[in-house]
Amino acid sequence: MLLCIENINVYYGNIQALHDVSLTVAKGEIVSLIGANGAGKSTILKAVSGILTPRSGRILLADKDLVGVSPHRIVRMGVSLVPEGRGIFANMTVRDNLEMGAFTRNSREEIEKSVAEVFSLFPQLRERASQSAGTLSGGEQQMLAIGRAMVAKPDVVLLDEPSMGLSPLLVRDIFLLIREINRAGTTILLVEQNAFMALSVAHRAYVLETGAIALTGIASELRQNAKVRAAYLGDVAE
Amino acid sequence: MDYFVQQVINGLQLGFVYALIALGYTMVYGIVRLINFAHGDVFMVGAFIGLYTIERFQWPLAAVFVSAVVGCTVLAVLIEQLAYRPLRHAPKIASLITAIGVSLFLEYFTSLRQVFGPHFYSFPRPFPVVSWNWHGILVTNIQAVIFLVTTLCVLLLQFIVFRTKMGRAMRAVSFDYVTAGLMGVNVNMVISFTFGLGAALAGVGGVLYGIAYPQVNTFMGFMPGLKAFTAAVLGGIGNIPGAVLGALIMGQSETMVSAYLSSTYRDGIAFVILILVLLWKPTGILGTSRTEKV
Repeated sequence: MLLCIENINVYYGNIQALHDVSLTVAKGEIVSLIGANGAGKSTILKAVSGILTPRSGRILLADKDLVGVSPHRIVRMGVSLVPEGRGIFANMTVRDNLEMGAFTRNSREEIEKSVAEVFSLFPQLRERASQSAGTLSGGEQQMLAIGRAMVAKPDVVLLDEPSMGLSPLLVRDIFLLIREINRAGTTILLVEQNAFMALSVAHRAYVLETGAIALTGIASELRQNAKVRAAYLGDVAE
Repeated sequence: MDYFVQQVINGLQLGFVYALIALGYTMVYGIVRLINFAHGDVFMVGAFIGLYTIERFQWPLAAVFVSAVVGCTVLAVLIEQLAYRPLRHAPKIASLITAIGVSLFLEYFTSLRQVFGPHFYSFPRPFPVVSWNWHGILVTNIQAVIFLVTTLCVLLLQFIVFRTKMGRAMRAVSFDYVTAGLMGVNVNMVISFTFGLGAALAGVGGVLYGIAYPQVNTFMGFMPGLKAFTAAVLGGIGNIPGAVLGALIMGQSETMVSAYLSSTYRDGIAFVILILVLLWKPTGILGTSRTEKV
């Protein structure tokens, strides 16, 4: 397993947000985390990326424990988070945002190559390269956020609610893109409110309820699961 | 008219020195949202390093500047790591009170006989003063040095902030330090660097101030510190060009008030400006209030 979370317990102050959560992501997989608001999906990503430190449990990235490692080191170890709300540097240009994504890399030549790849993936970004990132539309900002994570050449990308605030058409684009990035060899752990999309794109998925894993399985099978359909896919009980 | 132009030049001299201090205030505020009240005292330490390197060691001017820069940078990085870093996640008021404490500590500790001493000391002139008379307007080589050195510093700072990887990291941390960390930026390191950079400018400012107003004591940083802080607020705190602009306005108003009203009011004007800005445009001339985008 590339990423292996073992029994983590995470707290916000005295409130426990995650209870003994364990999950795995194999190299090359797309794994989705679905669940209601406040179930703890984002908390898992924050724990993996080092923003939150679990009180107990282990987070192994290819057998190296990430618990207690600071976020900037975790990035260097090959894990990039695309945060909820995108975390675009609105005071900088699109180009500078991408350069920030490449912060951990040194070879100018390779950075240019990665930036060019992002631009070919998102031609709109190339047109707006020297524009302030704050002026981009929501969809473009999301693309920039994903592109910025890709420039770091991560082994694992953690995506937090990439569809948030986007029109249905853009949501489709984003998911096609996630698949494309995955095909090119990047492992993806995806957190989504939009359970239908999340289950369509993923290989496997975990269902989170009030801070604990309630259900797990192959994504296509979960889509057929009656409980999942009722709770997350908007099926009316027959 | 000549008198007025002369005052403008004197005001520029003062404004440029304030600018070097104000930049440190504004950069530190921009990155950790802390008014570092000890900054004026770092400036004082720069002036004393200038005093010793010129008087005791008789070093050339460039070496004097370098030693003030190094000394102040090390001091500020130490202050940041020992006093402010442990309070990074504490309420803002804790760091603010600590800043005042550090300021008082530096002022009184250095006034010990074993450190800089409690008296006023005359600051040696590192070069003979030459003044040029141009149609009745006097410009000294001291002023020329101040204009030149300050301009170089501001250009260098602008280059660091907008053209280097470190500068990009500074801007990222200032905007959103959590996300900056997610890009692989060592946030603590960037914060230390920012304190150091601000202090380096204050060190240069301290030496220039000593050359221009040749008397130093360990409390000399208090007033220029407050005025530079006002300048930073006036220009829009957190905004680099704003700090320079604010400092130039402060220098002019102070000089004009001394020239046309009475020098008794010269310190008062700074605080009148501060109060007016806070009342009518708390974001300052070039500052913008940040709106959160959801």
